[in-house]
Amino acid sequence: MQHPLQRFNSLTNPMIGTGILKGMAVTARNFVGSYFDKERLITVQYPEERNPLPENYRNFPFLIYDGDDSHAGLRCVACKICEKECPPQCIYIVKSEDKKPDYMGKPQFYPKVFDIDISVCMSCQICVEVCPFEAIKMDKDFELSTRERFDALLMRKDDLAKSNDYYRRISPIDAAEVDTKLAATAEAAAKKKAAAPAAAKPVTAATPPASNEPTASRAPS
Amino acid sequence: MSATIETLEAMERPPVSMGSRLEGELLEVSMGPQHPSTHGVFRMNVALEGEIVRKLKPVFGYLHRNHEKIGENASYLGSMPYTDRLDYFCSMTNNWAYALSVEKLAGIEVPERAEYLRVILAELTRLQNHASLLGFLLNDMGAWGTPLMYAFREREKILDLFESLSGSRMMCDYMRFGGCRVDASPEWLAHARKIVDRFPRFIHELEQLIVGNEIVIARTQNVGKVSPELAISAGITGPMLRACGVNYDVRKVDGYGFYPRFKFRIPLGEHGDTYDRLMMRVLEMGESVGILKQAFEQLPAGPIINPKVKIRAFRPPVGEAYGRIEAPKGELGFYLISDGGPNPYRYRVRPPSFINLTILEDMCLGHTVADVMVILGSIDIVMGEVDR
Amino acid sequence: MESLDEIKARVEAAVPGAIVEIVQNASPSQQHSLKIDNEHARDVAKWLRDDPALRLDFCSNVTGIDWLDRTVKKTVKVKKVVDGEEKEVNETTEEKIPGYIEAVYHLYSMIHKHGPVIIRMRTADRATGARLPSLTPIWRSAEFQEREIFDLYGMRFDGHPDLRRILMWDEFEDHPMRKDYREPDDYEYEPTPHDDVLEKAKPYYTPRPQLDGAESMVEPLDR
Repeated sequence: MQHPLQRFNSLTNPMIGTGILKGMAVTARNFVGSYFDKERLITVQYPEERNPLPENYRNFPFLIYDGDDSHAGLRCVACKICEKECPPQCIYIVKSEDKKPDYMGKPQFYPKVFDIDISVCMSCQICVEVCPFEAIKMDKDFELSTRERFDALLMRKDDLAKSNDYYRRISPIDAAEVDTKLAATAEAAAKKKAAAPAAAKPVTAATPPASNEPTASRAPS
Repeated sequence: MSATIETLEAMERPPVSMGSRLEGELLEVSMGPQHPSTHGVFRMNVALEGEIVRKLKPVFGYLHRNHEKIGENASYLGSMPYTDRLDYFCSMTNNWAYALSVEKLAGIEVPERAEYLRVILAELTRLQNHASLLGFLLNDMGAWGTPLMYAFREREKILDLFESLSGSRMMCDYMRFGGCRVDASPEWLAHARKIVDRFPRFIHELEQLIVGNEIVIARTQNVGKVSPELAISAGITGPMLRACGVNYDVRKVDGYGFYPRFKFRIPLGEHGDTYDRLMMRVLEMGESVGILKQAFEQLPAGPIINPKVKIRAFRPPVGEAYGRIEAPKGELGFYLISDGGPNPYRYRVRPPSFINLTILEDMCLGHTVADVMVILGSIDIVMGEVDR
Repeated sequence: MESLDEIKARVEAAVPGAIVEIVQNASPSQQHSLKIDNEHARDVAKWLRDDPALRLDFCSNVTGIDWLDRTVKKTVKVKKVVDGEEKEVNETTEEKIPGYIEAVYHLYSMIHKHGPVIIRMRTADRATGARLPSLTPIWRSAEFQEREIFDLYGMRFDGHPDLRRILMWDEFEDHPMRKDYREPDDYEYEPTPHDDVLEKAKPYYTPRPQLDGAESMVEPLDR
């Protein structure tokens, strides 16, 4: 194998300064090239220009509500799984005493208090992974600096609750997936509801089997 | 390498021992925790005789967060984001080492596509780590920012890849037990292939900028020599060990994660000095590009996570396991002891930077103060890993 | 590489008086370890490093583990006479194991590229003066790691060239990684304390009431 340094002939017979001149040639090429080649001009003039954020980018979590009412449409049912699984324990939930109907019409608890301390949150996304109700998702807003570091960095339920339209705007692909999944669950639940009264009809409606054949059991699912 | 020594004899450094007329008392200097070149909050108590180092004691612990105790109090999944913050430059490889140890502990299998994705991301991490190390080393040597910005330009491209895949540039939290969290879309793979194809051009540019430069050669050759016996005994791993000539790379020895399927060479150095350590990184970047190209070719379709693994209430069986990988800085290992509960009983990180610092004193004795910074830069330490 | 039984036999033959036990590891990783006694530890370690077949010259990881007093329940099938018939009955025995501090060394070989061979050493009890022989003269990589075990667990290593605190500052008094370590009480204000953090924070400030009355604490922000 050719020793990689043998490529540089200047090292086998150096004239003092050739290495430095070679380096300067590289910088000169980059400098002049930045006028012509877009790739060599890499500085983004923030805040006038901003790089577009990728779809998957995550910063801090937020709660989703369907529709327009941030209380009635809130998907969170205060099951406290995200609070338990959060590694730095930055979520604080207090369950309500009464129930309200969720998107499928079933009465569920809701969180009376839902606080996330974003000075502690490390944006690990585990709360999103373990939520069984698609109620908490990752936001993309990162310009959140405040002047006070304790209560100002505590986001309460009103700050956290954002509508599903907002989620569709910031993460269209993920929001579409979540919407289809929830629609499918709602459909399956509706089908089950419709199938249950049908099975409650008396069994005599079924045709009586022939005498020699064994009785086929038509157990409703 | 021998060609350069003969022809650069004119730049040979002066003899180290000073005359007996010039003996004085030792001056104790603290190259203190706030220093632009010590790669984080790291302190060295140096006893100097003039400019020559006579004693050096490293002091660290300024970034000690007791990560191992946090690991005992958090669940197995909850520790995964904390491993990102160990060696904060290379979060993907930290995640992989932890996931590997848990998979060894619980006997979990990983699907093929997930293993290939892990290799791709680990090699991308290695590329951006070595590039930033070269930038930082040259920054420490006095090239104010230019090579650093060149290295960071490439690093930004790779970090943008990580951002579009896992959601975050540095704290990726990407691996899970039994696979990966998010699948790589064909657009992402095409974009990654484009970046990898253009990477050799950057390596070539960096070589022209650095490797032939006389100042770099004069400051790094014969500085901080390590003999292979000392390196093996002191538990040095990674590019620093291979610069001494010892052929030990965990990717080849353990053969974890489908590395045996890829053809790649291990560059070895001859002298064990700083220049060899620098060149190790440059050559390893070239090898990583080769592995990446092969991985992109061979990437199969399929599931990316083992569906049998529970996300919540994950309880591995009672026992212990030690899993290790070749992180860009050395051998990163996790030693886990499970007592059957949701939290590990003992969670230990084997940090390569911490152990590579053992022979800092041996390397710096007899050299000047200016060399200390160069030697420290070439060991490649990150305080998040040294202190945990 | 040879199996652990063979290594155990050869160690006992080569170092007279050494007591070596095999500690089984129940997990699928199958990484069983050898427990060596403290007196002959250094000789055993030297033999492991120098033996031509093993050449374990790379000590990769030195870990300290704190075991509290525990009771281990063992269920064994025993033949007993019950109601005149001999049957196999499950008998549960409880074994009380006193606590100790353990040091575990993971050894690999760079020359033969095999490993790991795992050795363990245990102290007699968990007292702060617990001592173990240091294996730094044999593997230099143990130097910083044994210092770390001293710092975080309080276990002293005899024969270590420079045993002082490494991660905590020199005047610090307790040992943080022990299982019964209690953190110092210096709680600054935290908006969302719960469970045991809430208990510890109560003497210092009024934690948030159950109802979200925090609106009265701060003015609305200008974001």
